[in-house]
Amino acid sequence: MTFPWLTTLIAVPALGAVLTALVPSGRGKLAKQVAIAFSLLTLAVAVAVISQFELGGDRYQLAEQHAWIEALGIHWALGVDGIGIALIALTAVATPIVAMAMWPEADAEKRDPKPFFALLLLVEAMILAAFLAKDLLLFYIVFEAMLIPLYFMIGMYGGPQRRYAALKFLLYNLFGGLVMLAAVIGVYVQSVDAGNPSFLLADLMALDIGTDAQRWMFLGFMLAFAIKAPLWPFHTWLPDAAAEATPSNAAFLSGVADKVGTFGMIALAVPLFPAAAAEFAPFIVVLAVISIVYGALLAIGQTDMKRLIGYTSISHFGFIVLGIFALTDRGATGATFYMVNHGLSTIALFVVVGFMISRRNSRLVADYGGIQKPAPKLAGVFLFAGLSGLALPPLATFLSEFLVIAGTFERYRAAAVIATGGIVLAALYILWLYQRTMTGPVREESAGMRDLGRREIAVVAPLIALILAIGVFPRTVIDVIDDGVGPTLAEVEVDVPPPLINVVDTVIEGNDQ
Amino acid sequence: MIIVLGAGVVGVLVEAFVPRRPRHAVQVGLALVALVAALVQVVRLRDTEIVGAVGSVAIDGPALFLQGTLLVMAIISVMFFAERRIESGGDAFAPSASSLPGSEDERVLVREKVLQTEVYPLMMFSVGGMMLFPAANDLLVLFIALEVLSLPLYLLCGMARRRRLLSQEAAMKYFLLGAFASGFFLFGSAFVYGFAGSLRFSEIDAALTARVGQEGLLLAGVGLMAVGLLFKIGAVPFHAWTPDVYQGAPTQVTAFMAACTKLAAFGAMLRLFYVAFGGIRTDWQPMLWAVAIATMVVGIVVALTQTDVKRMLAYSSIAHAGFILTALVAVDEVAIAAILFYLAAYGLTTLGAFAVVTLVRDAGGEATHLSKWAGLGKRSPLLAATFGLFLLALAGIPLTSGFVGKLTVFAAAFQGGAMPLVIVGVLVSAVAAFFYVRVIVLMFFSEPASEGPTVAVPSGWTVVGIGAAAVATIALGILPGPLLDLAEQAAVFIR
Repeated sequence: MTFPWLTTLIAVPALGAVLTALVPSGRGKLAKQVAIAFSLLTLAVAVAVISQFELGGDRYQLAEQHAWIEALGIHWALGVDGIGIALIALTAVATPIVAMAMWPEADAEKRDPKPFFALLLLVEAMILAAFLAKDLLLFYIVFEAMLIPLYFMIGMYGGPQRRYAALKFLLYNLFGGLVMLAAVIGVYVQSVDAGNPSFLLADLMALDIGTDAQRWMFLGFMLAFAIKAPLWPFHTWLPDAAAEATPSNAAFLSGVADKVGTFGMIALAVPLFPAAAAEFAPFIVVLAVISIVYGALLAIGQTDMKRLIGYTSISHFGFIVLGIFALTDRGATGATFYMVNHGLSTIALFVVVGFMISRRNSRLVADYGGIQKPAPKLAGVFLFAGLSGLALPPLATFLSEFLVIAGTFERYRAAAVIATGGIVLAALYILWLYQRTMTGPVREESAGMRDLGRREIAVVAPLIALILAIGVFPRTVIDVIDDGVGPTLAEVEVDVPPPLINVVDTVIEGNDQ
Repeated sequence: MIIVLGAGVVGVLVEAFVPRRPRHAVQVGLALVALVAALVQVVRLRDTEIVGAVGSVAIDGPALFLQGTLLVMAIISVMFFAERRIESGGDAFAPSASSLPGSEDERVLVREKVLQTEVYPLMMFSVGGMMLFPAANDLLVLFIALEVLSLPLYLLCGMARRRRLLSQEAAMKYFLLGAFASGFFLFGSAFVYGFAGSLRFSEIDAALTARVGQEGLLLAGVGLMAVGLLFKIGAVPFHAWTPDVYQGAPTQVTAFMAACTKLAAFGAMLRLFYVAFGGIRTDWQPMLWAVAIATMVVGIVVALTQTDVKRMLAYSSIAHAGFILTALVAVDEVAIAAILFYLAAYGLTTLGAFAVVTLVRDAGGEATHLSKWAGLGKRSPLLAATFGLFLLALAGIPLTSGFVGKLTVFAAAFQGGAMPLVIVGVLVSAVAAFFYVRVIVLMFFSEPASEGPTVAVPSGWTVVGIGAAAVATIALGILPGPLLDLAEQAAVFIR
């Protein structure tokens, strides 16, 4: 038996969470160091996993499978495909950055930061498990269980309304999750009826589920994922959470954690219920387009910087969902690529805004102005992150947005055209935000604004480097993603327009080692 | 069972002959030894399938599983009962339940530090009844078990050291309503006897298949018997007693009742409906559908507005009865296994939750008003975290026993074709999460009230009890396999 890399990948941050929690309270700094060390170790394991991933190899690689709850056919089954690899990389990179960027001063009540770090690592372990899970119930368990630590992270740290935001977050997501549970049970019962009770994805995907049942179960899954993602009109928890949580937490939430929702759509909802997915796709495309435009418009109108970024995320998630439900290779590849890039650029934006808030203790756009002069580096990073958010070539987001729109265009022209309008709006909100905060006469309060310190530069530098690198050399990442997208979309029996780049046409089933 | 009932009898003798000072220790020891011995016996009998006592008692998988679980929970309950450190005057029970609240008589007893030790034999009788309840294979034995388990409970409810009036009121209410329910039950049994001409379950079943006609008599009987049992599990619309009694009874007794009575009553219901009335399931299923939906919805909706921890847990227990009922409707072995598991998981969690309630106190005894729990997470993080764990389990969050329980129960109901029930259950669970989480919010995110309650430092008994419940809650959430297997093996009734 080979070394269980994927279990290790989950176990390392989980162990880190436990050790961080054991640091005596009051020693916030030590807790932070332990947490960062473990998140870096996780990154190292992730790199090892990525280096072992073979392009064009088995569909799910490094697979592990152990019976967990035998009576119900539940397994500890892990495996990784191209889509998973991309998101694991994002998670592993983002967590240490978020941990390093945690500002106690951005939290209204200056609480002991130890629980934050412990919970952060715990959530990281669960997110990784969600990306790796090849057992539906295992996925469901981590999907739901991660709500609790996230809930505490929002509720314990952040702005004055954080409790409300945390509760809203929890109730929305829990509701979606429970509806999904009904659908999960529904799929399971199908497998029982087929004589092989199992939650293994491989078994479930082989099931022949009736059209009517598919519809209901697909909707059940989609509701959960649409809330998590968040897709209009299920999005309303996100702006609140983004505004009230600490900047690093908001970055983690919309940059990484919410990707589990879109991952679920592409890796579970579509391949499990291909017929229903194809049937509902036009409807979801409409919702996605609404998300894009609506999120962008509301972002323009915001006066609170963090809330503004929250709304831009809704717009961007619209793009991701659009790409997935265009049901073309190009669209899905673009969407997955977009998940990675949106993660990076959103984290960068939140991080920079966090720096600003930690200096001035205000989230309001109106309280800033002319920061360019006293703090040029800060302004530069802000501009860079912003431009990445509005998808300027050759930054990473450009190509993903292009792929999504191109993929959509193959099937839904009108949607693609309107979505392009969303890009124009993105330019508007980003540039206007920059103009209002960074340019113009220096406001009195901003006069003595510190520029970025060394620690802060260390936090943003990797992000900028990654955004640039992926933007200039996207091919490697896209190849990997394509490797996962091809077989996934092959499950959907709609005619897929010719792929952009090489696609593995053989669907290799099973988890044999 | 005999061991436990025997211990009850010996307990009475102890009460009479052992001097006051060592009496408490003797009683606790006796109770624990008896329960453990009984547990060992249950384990030894694990593969037995017999119908004994002239066909009136069936020892089979479900019965043994439930008896084993019941004994484990009873052992933990005894530990809570034995707690003597947290109350200034001794344990949680009134020195003399019959003395008037606030009377001179009572004050003297308190001053003398007289301890009530009759609770242990009473509890033993009750546990004995509970053990008999799911094993009963005969209408008469079923009724006897019902009374044996209920009567001591009526008394136990009235024994709270603090808030004597509330406690006595609870006991009174429980007794009157319980007596009514028993009456209904007996009346129903008479009808069924009239129909089938036999008290034996298997013969009733045979009569069902053999004879048609006189359906009215039979259905009335089934309905009336169901009333009696639904009363015991606190299902809507026979739930009204639950919050009042749970609130008024000494919290240790509440814990015992919530966990053990429910278990025993569901066990009896399972046997009655599956073994005796399995043949006419199409007749009683609609009734249980309605009851299940009403129970879930009413339990949750009313729980939302509660401001008292004990009442909140009481309504939550009503809702949980509803969840279990969804599986009861399914009528197959999967459902039995699911219910057996759920009962064990829920019972242990509830025991733990109520035990935590006993520890949060202010000058007036237990501080059960929710507002007093604000900021508890800051003052005693460990206790609050444990309570949070129990609440999450009750809410059915993954990685706790509550989730696995809910999953199995809903899966069973789904398979049994009760899809709408599952949907109601899921929606209700989402609402339920709100009020469980609200308590967590209160504990962890609120500032402590300036005159908030203190957390009593309990003796080892309670610590061990709560610890066991917490460990079980997590263990059954992460590795439910062994117990599920056990439940599955145990899920066959003999007739």
